[in-house]
Amino acid sequence: MEQKLVALSGNEAVAYAFKQARPHVAAAFPITPQTEMMHKYAEFVANGESSTEMILVESEHSAMSAAIGSAAAGARTFTATSSAGFALMWEVVYIAASLRLPICMAMVNRALSGNINIHCDHSDSMGGRDAGWLHLFSENAQESYDNSIMAWRIAEHMDVRLPVMVNYDGFIISHTADALYMLPDDAAWKFIGKYNPAYTLLNPEKPITVGPLDLTDYYFEHKTSQLAAYEKAPAIIQQVSDEFADLTGRRYGFAEEYKLDDAEMVMVLLGSSAGTCKDVIDEYREKGVKVGLLKLRTFRPFPAAYLAKVLGGRKAVCILDRSASFGGQGGPLFTETRSAMYGQQVPVHGYIYGLGGRDFDLRQAATVIENLKKVAAGGEIADINLLGVRL
Amino acid sequence: MSGKMVEIRWHARGGQGAKTAAMFLAEAVLTKGKYGQGFPEYGPERRGAPMRGFTRISDVPIRRHCMIENPGIVIVLDSSLLDSPEAGVTAGTSDTTVFLVNTTDAPATVSKKLGVKGAKVHTVDATGIALETIGRPIPNMPMVGALLAVNDMLSLDELKGALVEQLSSKFSQVVIDGNLAAIDRANKELVSA
Repeated sequence: MEQKLVALSGNEAVAYAFKQARPHVAAAFPITPQTEMMHKYAEFVANGESSTEMILVESEHSAMSAAIGSAAAGARTFTATSSAGFALMWEVVYIAASLRLPICMAMVNRALSGNINIHCDHSDSMGGRDAGWLHLFSENAQESYDNSIMAWRIAEHMDVRLPVMVNYDGFIISHTADALYMLPDDAAWKFIGKYNPAYTLLNPEKPITVGPLDLTDYYFEHKTSQLAAYEKAPAIIQQVSDEFADLTGRRYGFAEEYKLDDAEMVMVLLGSSAGTCKDVIDEYREKGVKVGLLKLRTFRPFPAAYLAKVLGGRKAVCILDRSASFGGQGGPLFTETRSAMYGQQVPVHGYIYGLGGRDFDLRQAATVIENLKKVAAGGEIADINLLGVRL
Repeated sequence: MSGKMVEIRWHARGGQGAKTAAMFLAEAVLTKGKYGQGFPEYGPERRGAPMRGFTRISDVPIRRHCMIENPGIVIVLDSSLLDSPEAGVTAGTSDTTVFLVNTTDAPATVSKKLGVKGAKVHTVDATGIALETIGRPIPNMPMVGALLAVNDMLSLDELKGALVEQLSSKFSQVVIDGNLAAIDRANKELVSA
């Protein structure tokens, strides 16, 4: 497949991907750093390059509500947000998933207030980890674009029918001009295909009720069906990703395994910091240090069995969280990964890093590897460590 | 891979076009089969406030997503930043760093002010050139023209082609022509120590 190499910001790349899915409806409210994505999309619509109906709303709660109404009516629908915008959507985020509506949402990860901060961390999406959405994470503009193409196929698959959130790091990815390969419009459309809703509010031949009262009699059963969809989602994600690889040559799974084959030490993380770690891992590899990286792509569904298998038998594993869980046992990625490894004799420790956009630099990546070396040699380290903070 | 990568740090004040230049250059090098990454440091975005921009150029895909601490090239769009320790123009630089400064001062004067020994310092009156060619004190594109006098990442023609392609939808022909002329002049008028 002939693909064009372009330089776009992550926001622009995602706007193009969504346009290529030919969605019927978009509803979003501007918030930094997501705004530029919807600017770009509005430009497509204004220029006649997209026939998407854009619904102007007065808040994120309304954006998600409009998206739910639209998706329930049978329209392919997307929205986008960041940080406090996601927090304001809160109530209806759960409803989108409960109604099994395959909405796609660009989540341009940004710290939550206070104090007010516009930069990247993952505390926004992590707050919604139990809301019933699928969470895909992206390292760079390329992966943000690719995930935003694949998201439709995953969300709309009849075995899944769940909303998908495509996460990419605010500013670090959203506002950085980065080289990426883009599919031609027709190839992207052929891959994504037309959306066939199973039910639609607008079909008088087949009237349905959406969102009725659901008390002690059936609520639990409905939640169980949601849980069952999560059980099926991993296979569909892999199937869609394999088809995407056949088309583009870019292969995706639940995670990217970087130099893991013979790695004695492994770093586990999400998002843009993976690239910085790869450069530092290469330097250590040249010195013969057997270190590798596991960059998780699917935080929801959380691939626990996969992680247990891949991380098992290593000499040391560390997990880096770009969000804090106040009063918890470390960040969300740490607690879940360590739980996935229950019963294994692998020393695991964690870090909190990069809150509020604090730069994750080459030195921090090197510190992590130095600590892994110590642990692998039998040394001790705290369960949770802070990285890149002034103490 | 880092050996082949050029890392450029831009120091400017809001409104001088450093963000545009940092990102534009990242896109322009694609025509040459290179990979580019460009981004500004986002803070309170105010006209006149000190800001930094970053550009990486490489023969292979660029993976790291962090700020540039040890730049190979430092481009200063506003010479008043040389007097500001907070601007950190020399932070992380070494005697192999190349400085390009928009000023009417001679390289030796700037070199002394920066306190950098051994580093190559080049100067050009990009603001003066911009006023005469574009009609506004926007020194970003002239500084890109000057950059090509010390680095062969692109030819002048390739740069100008990319500029026409990328900016023609946003700016008038008069502005484009002014920028093209500014690039040529700054490229020729760069003064080296």
